[in-house]
Amino acid sequence: MNIIGYITDIFKGVISLLKGMKVTGSYFFRPWTVVTQKYPENRKKLEMYERMKGEIVMPHNAKNEHKCTGCGICELNCPNGSIEIITFQLVSEDGKKKRAIDKHIYRIGMCTFCGLCVKTCPSKALSFAPNFEHAVFSRERLTKILNKEGSVLEKGVEG
Amino acid sequence: MVEEIQKTIDTEEEYTINMGPQHPSTHGVLRFVVSLKGELVKNVQPHCGYIHRGIEKMCEKITYPQIIHLTDRMDYLSAHINNAAVCLTVENALEIEMPERVKYIRTIIEELSRIASHQLWWCAFGMDLGGLTCFFYGLRDREKILDIFEESTGGRLIQSYNCPGGLMNDIHPNFQQKVKDFIKYFRKVLPEYDQLLTGNVIFQERAKKVGYISKEEAINFGLTGPSGRGSGFACDVRKRAPYHMYGKVDFKEVLYTEGDTLARYKVRIDEMWESMKIIEQLIDNIPAGDYAVKMKPIIKLPEGEYFQRVESARGEFDVFIISDGNKNPYRIKFRSPNLVNLTAINAMSKDHKIADLVAISGSLDLVIPCMDR
Ligand code: SF4
Ligand code: SF4
Repeated sequence: MNIIGYITDIFKGVISLLKGMKVTGSYFFRPWTVVTQKYPENRKKLEMYERMKGEIVMPHNAKNEHKCTGCGICELNCPNGSIEIITFQLVSEDGKKKRAIDKHIYRIGMCTFCGLCVKTCPSKALSFAPNFEHAVFSRERLTKILNKEGSVLEKGVEG
Repeated sequence: MVEEIQKTIDTEEEYTINMGPQHPSTHGVLRFVVSLKGELVKNVQPHCGYIHRGIEKMCEKITYPQIIHLTDRMDYLSAHINNAAVCLTVENALEIEMPERVKYIRTIIEELSRIASHQLWWCAFGMDLGGLTCFFYGLRDREKILDIFEESTGGRLIQSYNCPGGLMNDIHPNFQQKVKDFIKYFRKVLPEYDQLLTGNVIFQERAKKVGYISKEEAINFGLTGPSGRGSGFACDVRKRAPYHMYGKVDFKEVLYTEGDTLARYKVRIDEMWESMKIIEQLIDNIPAGDYAVKMKPIIKLPEGEYFQRVESARGEFDVFIISDGNKNPYRIKFRSPNLVNLTAINAMSKDHKIADLVAISGSLDLVIPCMDR
């Protein structure tokens, strides 16, 4: 290689490096383009998208009623056994026996957030909630009971 | 005895080292056993299977809608494309025609995943070769796509948005506007990628004429996706066997003939432009209609064999199902583009420096969980 080619190569190389530096430099002088979020500090202002698959919840209304009839379809559809339904026989005033939910057990540690339980539930009793802070100190706390204490089936929902 | 083995391994001619399983440049648990002569690579022996989970076997026990969420976890960077492949196979087997709306949305999200995947590849590749800035810029732009995904599908990396028969839920009302904003933004930002890395002299020196593979060899090895197209092998399934909307949109199959690392790099950069072109053609015309057709609660495929090819971000992803008429497949086989692309690494890296092995394996864009399944 001749000496002139060698020197032009060096100059070309330096110019290419400067081009790249121009890009980074231009961002350096435009601090409003920064998109980094300061996570634990901005916790209060943090807004997640409403559809975010954070965890499965069972929405209850103001009278502590849910829509789960205990049919067990979600348990059947869950690919990894994250859901377990425990039911009991409820005897109403006129002596009719009816199935009711005792415990809707949800193991978030096993859940893969596939969404099949939410999709297949015939009475739309489950939904996703955008809560993503699931770190806990003991493994037992990853097993949740979705129906609240003392809650009953909403009127008009048939199983 | 030990000394003898030691002698045969560490002769003056060649010695053997391990690269991986925990090596930052393999982006996963992949182990290369590299034979070196001085600094020159003589032989590369990839060892995979470190995160083998038996996904294909697991699929034999579960129903078709449940398979979808496992395919997410193979090639997690093109999760949506893998989902769509299984859904297409099931839908074709049942001979159900999808509504136009589903096809449009699937195509748009597939192309968005392709862009997101190439962005992540770009930043990881830049970082492997020493350009840390790339990593930040690539992730910054990818974040915008992930936000679009999250708003409509609920998932960021893995979406599980497809189900046999359509989509899990309809797109968010903001979807179209956000995608258009993103395209506008990314058209401005993508040239920066070139200024930052493509023209960079250090990068050029490390990528040009490194890891050459000829077209004949590429076909012999079965290289697909950007890795194959960098050698001039026209293997884009979107063109060869169109599915979804790809038969009706206008886009170019990016081909380079150099066959080196730089060519594979350029294919991916150009593919991002093409993907944007595809999205722009579709985003304004999403037809109204259902986002899913009603399926039976238990899907049973008729007895037989079903096959579907799709183009994932890394190459040709195939699904092959043998059904015996039950609600779960008798046997399911996925063709992972990564595993096939990996086979060419020995031929590519022969007589290159060991540092070039990082560039070569990076240019193949390997996703290890897809390889091991
Ligand atoms: S949550 Fe829905 S699917 Fe599950 S048991 Fe209750 S009603 Fe049935
Ligand atoms: S989201 Fe999927 S894995 Fe999680 S509980 Fe529901 S069905 Fe099971």
